[in-house]
Amino acid sequence: MASEQVVSAVPSVTGPKIVFDFEVFGLKINITETIVIGWFLIIVLTIVILFLTHNMSKLKPKKKQVVAEFLVSTFKNIVKESMGEKNLHYTPYMMTIFMFSIFGSLVSLIGLRSVTADFNTTVTWALMTFFTIQFCKIKTNGFLGYVKGFGEPFIVMAPLNIISEFATPISMSFRHFGNIAGGMVITQLLYFTLGSISKLIGISIPIFTVGLPAILSVYFDLFTGFMQAYIFIMLSMAFIGMAKE
Amino acid sequence: MEKAIVLAASAIGAGLAMIAGIGPGIGQGFAAGKACEAVGRQPESAGAITRTMFIGCAVAESTGIYGFVVALILMFINPFIGKL
Repeated sequence: MASEQVVSAVPSVTGPKIVFDFEVFGLKINITETIVIGWFLIIVLTIVILFLTHNMSKLKPKKKQVVAEFLVSTFKNIVKESMGEKNLHYTPYMMTIFMFSIFGSLVSLIGLRSVTADFNTTVTWALMTFFTIQFCKIKTNGFLGYVKGFGEPFIVMAPLNIISEFATPISMSFRHFGNIAGGMVITQLLYFTLGSISKLIGISIPIFTVGLPAILSVYFDLFTGFMQAYIFIMLSMAFIGMAKE
Repeated sequence: MEKAIVLAASAIGAGLAMIAGIGPGIGQGFAAGKACEAVGRQPESAGAITRTMFIGCAVAESTGIYGFVVALILMFINPFIGKL
């Protein structure tokens, strides 16, 4: 009877699986699912971009060249609106992060684990932006001006200013990671719950897992993935733009 | 025995950490209300207002996400058992 089958398994939310590991100079390096899926994404995106930009011509562009030009000009407009005309050279960096972030979140639609559901990914991007901000500040104000900038407006505000500098990468990375990983946890719990309902009724195939997770994944995967990628680059552009003044 | 206390305390802590969900709920509701007001006042800029509201909501959500991350760590990574 179904009442004897107590559903006792607790859903476990785990980190990415370690595919293999090796030792280098006594340091253990784990190759995780994130790295494998990340490289798969890099290779696929590179092939797509090479295909789009193959045999370009100025006077008679083919359809794929129009698509590529549309993408680049959209990003250039976004960067120009946020950072100003003279910072257009940040477009490749912003476009790379955006593409990697949105496709890294969207692979969960295929069944793979999102690249951005691993904290290592988002903290890397946030640290890259953090070092860019500090470097731009030093370049604009000189090293002495940079150190004095922490003492504005009063010298006692210096610890608070330093802490708020560090809060930037921490908040950016945790916001991105938390949203995507939270969506992953909720989807896993949902699959577990709907699967247990089927088991309680006595059917061995989890038929209730068809439909509802797909509808919810429109919000959790598509909407959240796109919004978080967009927010990440908007914040990066805002901070770098501010650092250059 | 100590392990049971640590596990129970982790579970209670995870529940308490999610009280941080009140903040974004109130803040984003307020932002959505202001956005509705603005669209009512000027309906032709509804697209720009909606986009700006989404950006503001996503940034305001971050403190709720911090509480969620703390709850996740306490529930699934069990950092305090290793310190027994």
